[in-house]
Amino acid sequence: MGERIIELRDIKKSYGQVYALGGVNLSVDRGEVVGLIGDNGAGKSTLIKILSGVVKPTSGEILVRDRPVSGWSAARSRDAGIETVFQDRALAVQQTIVRNIFMGRELTSFMGWLKVDKEIEEASRLMREIGFTSKVFTPHSIVGQLSGGERQGVAIARAIYKQAELIILDEPTTALSLTETAKVFHFVRQVRASGRSILFIGHNIHHVFDIADRFVVLDRGKVALSADRNEVKSAEDLINFMEDVAHPGGLPGLHEDAEQGA
Amino acid sequence: MSKAMEPDLQTPLGRATGQVAKEPAKQWSHPSNHWLRSFVLDNRASLGTLAVFIVMMAVFMIANPTVFTTWYLYSSVLTTLPVALFVVVPLVFVVTCGEIDLSFPATMGFASWVFALVVQAGYDPFIGIAAALVTGTLLGFLVGSLVVYGGLSSLIATLGMNFLLRGLIQIINEGKSTALTGLADSSAYKIFSSQVWGIPVQIFWAIAFVVFSALLYNRHRFGAQVKVVGDNPDSARQMGIDVKWVRVKVFVFVGIGAAIAGTFSVMINFTWWPTAGDGYLLPVLASVFVGGTPTWGGIGTVVGGAIGAVTVSFIQTGVVAAGLSGFYVQFFNGLIIILSLLGHKWNQARYR
Repeated sequence: MGERIIELRDIKKSYGQVYALGGVNLSVDRGEVVGLIGDNGAGKSTLIKILSGVVKPTSGEILVRDRPVSGWSAARSRDAGIETVFQDRALAVQQTIVRNIFMGRELTSFMGWLKVDKEIEEASRLMREIGFTSKVFTPHSIVGQLSGGERQGVAIARAIYKQAELIILDEPTTALSLTETAKVFHFVRQVRASGRSILFIGHNIHHVFDIADRFVVLDRGKVALSADRNEVKSAEDLINFMEDVAHPGGLPGLHEDAEQGA
Repeated sequence: MSKAMEPDLQTPLGRATGQVAKEPAKQWSHPSNHWLRSFVLDNRASLGTLAVFIVMMAVFMIANPTVFTTWYLYSSVLTTLPVALFVVVPLVFVVTCGEIDLSFPATMGFASWVFALVVQAGYDPFIGIAAALVTGTLLGFLVGSLVVYGGLSSLIATLGMNFLLRGLIQIINEGKSTALTGLADSSAYKIFSSQVWGIPVQIFWAIAFVVFSALLYNRHRFGAQVKVVGDNPDSARQMGIDVKWVRVKVFVFVGIGAAIAGTFSVMINFTWWPTAGDGYLLPVLASVFVGGTPTWGGIGTVVGGAIGAVTVSFIQTGVVAAGLSGFYVQFFNGLIIILSLLGHKWNQARYR
């Protein structure tokens, strides 16, 4: 594939004595959809938090466009063109849609004064693109008044605003209705068509199988499988593989229980 | 988003269009296109505070029309009110950010002490004001860093800092005050503390400060980040906002406000007392919450806080002027606070 957008080399993350990630290698190229799957406690959420800069790895190297980065943080991650739609959506529910879309990336003129009109204009455009055609909601609507799917829409609008090169979708279909889920898949395909990349984290292997170009299976903090789409015949293959690695003949180790979130 | 993908995206993500028909009762809570209606909805906290103030003043006027139509009453309130405004407004930022600052009375005392020392040493009061501002900034930074980087509860840590700083002032001064008799002839006094057309000039500075802060709150990145941090600090962090630095900055803002307030109070009295600022703790806190800023953070109103300060400062004057004995003051203070909180509770929906 094309240019390498981000690469993780031998990333380890421990919480005290407990390893959430024990040396993970992962890369995402331009224009590909990578499906990241794994059981609860496999380390998916930790990996996402490291990619988005929220959590710092204990050891390992992060490369953005083949250049090693230092001082990795959430702000640096966003500056590098990586946008994350977190599982909890990371919205401030008492604020307006505009304030959420431009959270941490306020449009300002001299000395930090907000370009209020420009923000509203851009927010309206994004809402139309995402499919917020309803007249009931304006950019001034409070996010707390929106439904789950609409909140997901705000989070996605925020992620696409800056022409991000890589969009990380962490369990984007959890708690969404069928039509809303279909809408998310539609969105994923459009982003790929525009030549940008997606890292899609899903619980539902059938969902991931449907849209990903490449699959990465995480198991107990390690990459258990990294395979292109043509190497995997069906979703059942993936499910069987995951059952094999998860239960090679006994119960999973204790260390994954301490993994936060998942 | 590229142009190529736009046509396919015109269908709604959720069932937003369906919900319009289903939930007409919810319609009221959405901003309307009519400017007056959206103005009322956007500003209902401060308008509620204004209503409380108007009703209170009406009651006072009916109780004693002669006193409440004399200018002297208003003139005396307008002299002391600005001092409170300079701290109420920054406190709205602090409370919005999900913190509290109880150390501002000592910061007022400390910064105005520096002002008094500089003026007493024979320097121009402008230099004294600059020194007071620097002191306030540093103390605000100190308190903020202690709370934020020390990971302490702002309620307890700022209470401790209030005692600590005040104690320091008392130890060094041994209770002695400083008279600044030469202040009345200075140009700084004319600019900041004289009268224009019979109106105390402090109030104009205070109004300018309130307007500037309201813009900072609603139209500046600082205000936007303060609200987001108070609303959901985890989300703010995930979106790359330096949450700790934003929190420190609101404490610095209080320090600056307290320095201005302390300096103004010294200029009104021509005297600095080691207790300067002490009496402001409870009225100022009450003003913030009477003004309609909720305790849980994320939202608030600067203008409401200012109206709250006006309300609180009129209670004392008003109760006495209305012919009641001074014993009623505390009772009415409490009554107004409780009624305002009940009103705002009915007014504000809290989203999670």
